[in-house]
Amino acid sequence: MSAARVSRWVAPVLVGVLALVTWQVVVVAADLPPYLLPSPTAIVEQLRQVVPLVWSAALATGANVLVGLVAGAVTAVLAAVVAARSRIVDGLMSPTAAALSVMPIVALAPALNTLFGTTSTTPRRLVVAVVVFAPVFVNTLRGLRQVQPVHRDLMRAYAASPWQVTRTVTVPGALPYLFTGLRIASSTGVIAAVVAEYFGGLQNGLGSRITAAAANSAYARAWAFVLGAILLGLVLYLATAALERAVARRNGAVPDGT
Amino acid sequence: MSDVTTATEATGTPPDAAPGATSLPVAPAGPATAVDVRGVSKVFATRAGTVTALDDIHLSVAAGEFVSLIGPSGCGKSTLLRLVADLDQPTSGEIAVFGRPPRVAREAQDYGIAFQQAGLLPWRSVAANVELPLELHGVGRRERAARAAELLALVGLTEFAGHFPHQLSGGMQQRVAIARSLAESPSLLLMDEPFGALDEMTRERMQTELVRLCAESGAAVVFVTHSIPEAVFLSQRVVVMSPRPGRIAQVVPVDLARADERTDDLREDAAFFAAVTAVREALHGGHGADVPTRGVDVR
Repeated sequence: MSAARVSRWVAPVLVGVLALVTWQVVVVAADLPPYLLPSPTAIVEQLRQVVPLVWSAALATGANVLVGLVAGAVTAVLAAVVAARSRIVDGLMSPTAAALSVMPIVALAPALNTLFGTTSTTPRRLVVAVVVFAPVFVNTLRGLRQVQPVHRDLMRAYAASPWQVTRTVTVPGALPYLFTGLRIASSTGVIAAVVAEYFGGLQNGLGSRITAAAANSAYARAWAFVLGAILLGLVLYLATAALERAVARRNGAVPDGT
Repeated sequence: MSDVTTATEATGTPPDAAPGATSLPVAPAGPATAVDVRGVSKVFATRAGTVTALDDIHLSVAAGEFVSLIGPSGCGKSTLLRLVADLDQPTSGEIAVFGRPPRVAREAQDYGIAFQQAGLLPWRSVAANVELPLELHGVGRRERAARAAELLALVGLTEFAGHFPHQLSGGMQQRVAIARSLAESPSLLLMDEPFGALDEMTRERMQTELVRLCAESGAAVVFVTHSIPEAVFLSQRVVVMSPRPGRIAQVVPVDLARADERTDDLREDAAFFAAVTAVREALHGGHGADVPTRGVDVR
């Protein structure tokens, strides 16, 4: 590890530790009741006790996020490819994407629960897919429209078919944009999956555990599951970023950083 | 006035009437005329009104001939090239590429093309960029690789085959673009200021290389440039254009040497300077009342 790499990690870790210490000091000094804010030590103590439960809940929610993320992203990319090629489809899809992006999860989740039954994971996965669709669609479409005029001329000179242009120029050029969309979607996807569990159904995910713990006044335990949700979000975010770097490197981009 | 200027053609004279084309050492099979432009005009509609980019252009390029288009910005030289390439359509007039309409010629891949920007695909390696036209036209993997290796050797970039464009200098990228334009051994090369963004030394080396490549391939070349020495060094004829509306002011035959004699020594030759002077004078319209470059500005 080079010095630059170490310093890149040191700063955020330092800020995090400082925030935790402040948090602990404030809770102890002001003698805050746990239902307002439990102390970090209390949360860690709870986390130690329920680690297997946090793990299985994170796995259940993570599976929902993953399935929803993949389904939503694939649909969004396909829709963007079609929309980039057809003005009519674009006219149909763009308002749809705008509508989907403002659709409140709190309204959608109970409706889907009724539709698919409360023992199914489908409603939660659908919620994630819906939330993922808009950022991936909008960013990918933007990327697909970024074709350089010189590449357009070149492909015309080669008498390339529309499909060949899509495959060799537009889609590879849109990949960085697609990943920007995916990175946004991976975080919002986790939030959506957790929130979707608030509305009944299976009690196996992080969201259900948080509500259950809070309902039993086990506030520190609720926060332990929140911590699990944060870690799940981070893991997905880092996974997306790693995928992005791997694709960029394969395509000859300069790896950023040192 | 040097003797070169006296040999120039007057504006608007159909090229058929004045056979300026020189005899050629290498001529590919097929029609003897690579490009035939007859009475072509191009009018662009803009918000501020219509702009006549080209007005009644007549030009004929023989197979294997190297012709440069030179003129100030806005004289329509790039537009003319784009019309020949079927990247734009003329408002009126006719263009034939090897006796066929430009669209048919484009679809049949009769020409190779290079632009001022190298236009390499940044996510493809150098070799994959050179292979691109072959890949699009269904050439098999092994054959593609062999051809790319051959072309990269031709432009002296063999050891960079696996590199990506951003790892190359501007001059190297342009050489890749030229290799790509030669991939399908076209009998016509259309080049729109391919060396425009390069430094002078790289530029001169590239020019010498291009002369060699064209002599080897026997392709006709239509070469758009801003640079008088470049046009003179490369061409058999220099077509001098004037702006607003884009017209051919003069066609200056230069043809200083055979391709294999066109070395750097030529750049210091008296004939080279005479030809540069002739093109410069044609460009500035400083002689002969029949050249309308100045008349337009007064209006």
